[in-house]
Amino acid sequence: MNTLPENTLKTRVPQEEVKRVVKPAPSRYRNEIAKYIVHRSLDCQRCGKCVEVCSHEVHVRKPGFEYFGEPNHHLCIGPACAKNGHYCVTHCPQQALQIRENPMYRALGDFRWPADLILATWKMAETGDLPPEEYDYNYECGNSGGGFDKLRFKFPKQPPVKIDADQIDTSISLNKRNDGRPEVKIDVPWYGGGMSFGSVSNVTQLSKARAAVAWNTFTCTGEGGYMERMRPYDDHMITQVATGLFGVREETIQRVPIVEFKYAQGAKPGLGGHLLGDKNTPAVARMRETVLGISLFSPFPFHSVYSIEDHAKHIDWVKHVNRRALISTKVSTPTDVDMVAVGSYSAGTHIVHIDGGYGGTGAAPDIAKKNIAMPIEYAIGKVHNFLTDEGVRDKVTLIASGGIRSAHDIAKAIALGADGVVIGTAELVALGCVRCSLCASGRGCPRGIATTDPELCGKMDLDWGTQRLVNLYSAWRKTLVGILQRLGLRSVGELRGRTDLLMHLDYTNDVPAKK
Amino acid sequence: MPEKYHIKTQPVPPRRPRIGKHGVVDWREDCARCHNCVKKACVYDRYKQEADYIRNLSDVDALFFECMGCFSCVQDCTKGILCLSINPAYEKLGNNYWKPDIIKTTWLQAETAKIPVSGAGYRGPFSGLGFDSMWTDMSEIVRPTRDGIHGREYISTSVDIGRKPPFLALNGDTAVTKLPPLVSIPMPLIIDLSSPAHTLPRLDAIIEQTAADTGLIAIMDSRYRPADEANLENIAFYLGPDSPPVPKETLRKTRLVEVADSSTVTERIKEIKSIHPEIVVAIRVELTATGIGRAIKLAGLEEVEVVHVVADSKGNELTAQKPRFVKDMIRQIHTALIEKGIRDEITLMAGGGIALPEHVAKAIICGADLVTINLPLLVALERHLCDRCQPGTPCPARLEKIDFKYGVGRMTNLIAAWHDQLIEVMGAMGMREVRRLRGDVGRAMFFENLEEETFGKLFGSRKGGL
Repeated sequence: MNTLPENTLKTRVPQEEVKRVVKPAPSRYRNEIAKYIVHRSLDCQRCGKCVEVCSHEVHVRKPGFEYFGEPNHHLCIGPACAKNGHYCVTHCPQQALQIRENPMYRALGDFRWPADLILATWKMAETGDLPPEEYDYNYECGNSGGGFDKLRFKFPKQPPVKIDADQIDTSISLNKRNDGRPEVKIDVPWYGGGMSFGSVSNVTQLSKARAAVAWNTFTCTGEGGYMERMRPYDDHMITQVATGLFGVREETIQRVPIVEFKYAQGAKPGLGGHLLGDKNTPAVARMRETVLGISLFSPFPFHSVYSIEDHAKHIDWVKHVNRRALISTKVSTPTDVDMVAVGSYSAGTHIVHIDGGYGGTGAAPDIAKKNIAMPIEYAIGKVHNFLTDEGVRDKVTLIASGGIRSAHDIAKAIALGADGVVIGTAELVALGCVRCSLCASGRGCPRGIATTDPELCGKMDLDWGTQRLVNLYSAWRKTLVGILQRLGLRSVGELRGRTDLLMHLDYTNDVPAKK
Repeated sequence: MPEKYHIKTQPVPPRRPRIGKHGVVDWREDCARCHNCVKKACVYDRYKQEADYIRNLSDVDALFFECMGCFSCVQDCTKGILCLSINPAYEKLGNNYWKPDIIKTTWLQAETAKIPVSGAGYRGPFSGLGFDSMWTDMSEIVRPTRDGIHGREYISTSVDIGRKPPFLALNGDTAVTKLPPLVSIPMPLIIDLSSPAHTLPRLDAIIEQTAADTGLIAIMDSRYRPADEANLENIAFYLGPDSPPVPKETLRKTRLVEVADSSTVTERIKEIKSIHPEIVVAIRVELTATGIGRAIKLAGLEEVEVVHVVADSKGNELTAQKPRFVKDMIRQIHTALIEKGIRDEITLMAGGGIALPEHVAKAIICGADLVTINLPLLVALERHLCDRCQPGTPCPARLEKIDFKYGVGRMTNLIAAWHDQLIEVMGAMGMREVRRLRGDVGRAMFFENLEEETFGKLFGSRKGGL
């Protein structure tokens, strides 16, 4: 840091460390949503056989009590338990127990995030490990019927080579330009997406930042300004320069190792940013230097950028203001996203970040979320191949986002051609999001995640939030390492562009692999 | 600067209790009567609203279903006695095309006139049939061929209906070409005939006033006479095979008329033109197995100005075992007209299966000049599309009791919300005029093309085809 040019880091403060330690972080809610529910009828003689046989501690009877407490429904693995001989239903001498699928389970989730994926993500955020197999959560894909949900890896019966988990490298480099700027490496092939203060709470932003520190990766401020409380994590922050320029100053640009230009967002491509008035609280208005309570729109596009040359001028400006910063350019996925990516590379960007049409958002018109721009699964290969054909693939980092929900999605995105991914919604799910879509207006998220309402923000604690994300990252890395092991690959870099390792459930999969 | 097209709206609350997606089941017998009951903490205050609602309950079958589905109360209840489930009444709304979420969003727009906005990204399937198998494009950093970036207030959604000459002949500064009549409407939308199955008291009057308030045109049965003669400008009479003729003086006050297709359709056009030379005549062609061919043939006749092709309410080809979808049929007609070199001379209106505002943009991208709708406006009146509409069968939406002001307000709100959303997608595409969107498939991405380009190359053929 001492060798940095003089005009950077004038406002630097001591950086905080966050340890990469997995610790249990159970749900902050009293009742977890369970896949199965246990029903005890009046025939129960309170013999306690169920407590005795259940290996998952579903049945609760405190010492000295005759009656049972409410079962731990969420720990029940359902009828699958019959296979292991611990099935309380069959052991009950009075046949007083019944196990059924929880009707609430159907009400949770959607096509892209089915209940299983949400519950599994919660479990990973709680334990830092993969959900136990006996729960039979399908968390490898969603239920959307296309894209990642139809792609599978062609795992060989035996790994071609045996590689120890600790020998596998999951790091990626974000600067491939060899332009004298820092070699920035992150330990996992993902970083946190931009979520502005205003769209999410202070605690959510800080939890993301602290998890990024723990895992030596990054998170992004979004376009709502740079909170003073983020400064102890500057080394792991990306600050966003979006069209509204809310809270963007030379001072904030100088703080960070990566500056991201946001041209468009996958959830609302071509429409700019959108923060509804209800969420423009005094703190948000102060940060964004706007009038309290009015809806805030970032225009689309940058009115100073009508060509790649204009884009290059923007990049030159930021590179001059911060001599150590890498530049990321976030664009959406129109038909010609490949040409946009090459143009962006030629303008001097280090990272091309493509955000697919099904990406997350704090608020977006429903018509935009569903209909505008292509899903990321199509865009990754298109951009990767075009960059390769243009001979610049190894000089730019390609980051994909917009519907990355799990470690399996990450691996598939990399196999399609990305270097790494940006995640967003998955982090919020780890913090307790149920995807009710209510973040947009009113007081914001009733779960206290995507809100700036002081009372709702109090529902989540910073240490808990940090730990949930640290745990999720840990579980994801384990999953990713497991995938690489099964494929006999030593690093995520080796996986990039390996479409020959993928298959599609809707296709004949009879195309010979390229040699 | 010409006056901006603006539809005046105001909130029109529903007459019936909303049918939400979620409901909370409360097993009260185990309640611990906590001081800090989670019901008091509901962010949306739904429990209090429910209590007030039940206190004033007049309909026994009208339950309160306005839970927002956040699970907060369910997960925090001390005794775990609350359970959230999907409302069975919600799941019964609509049918396999007009799905419950379409009905729900239509009701919301009809109430508020606002664009539905939500958080947390897209929740639906990756793609689907029909209009769900295409995405609209957007304008990124570099797009020199596009219109450039501009404010939404400069986006024009108006269209001209009628026949256009292929070129203008000039003698000096004077046009020699005789210009045929054109009807301009401020939005590429026409209100189509109501199906006899969906007849309601005063429905025609409500539609008439909605057309007048929005500046659009409604196609009405030839027997209908508007309450206000000034509204004749917003009415296009439909002359079916057995329709009685419209009085000449009435016809002369209208701008557009629609006739059923027949072997003598050109004679009928001449007959109408002899009464009112400045009227534009549309021919209604049902999209049966012969519909596409017939539409193309008609478009080639010099007497024909407008062809209105109509699929069924789900957008499917009529009377076909393996029906084609309306978007594909529009593309086929549009492409054939281009190949014949007559596309710019004819106006193509398309109806059937237009259920959401994105369908308007998508149908136009596929080649229609404008679309026609009817069912969405009926859904705006809180119709469930439960197909129980039989004489003597009680309507769950009490449609027989709708009031004129309510009906006009709801329909107007829905049209306003659709207009705003059309502007949203056009803004994203960098388009300044909806007329230029017609047939511009470069502004869209089709599922079959993207699949072939992306996965076809990698994984071979798609099982069962695309």
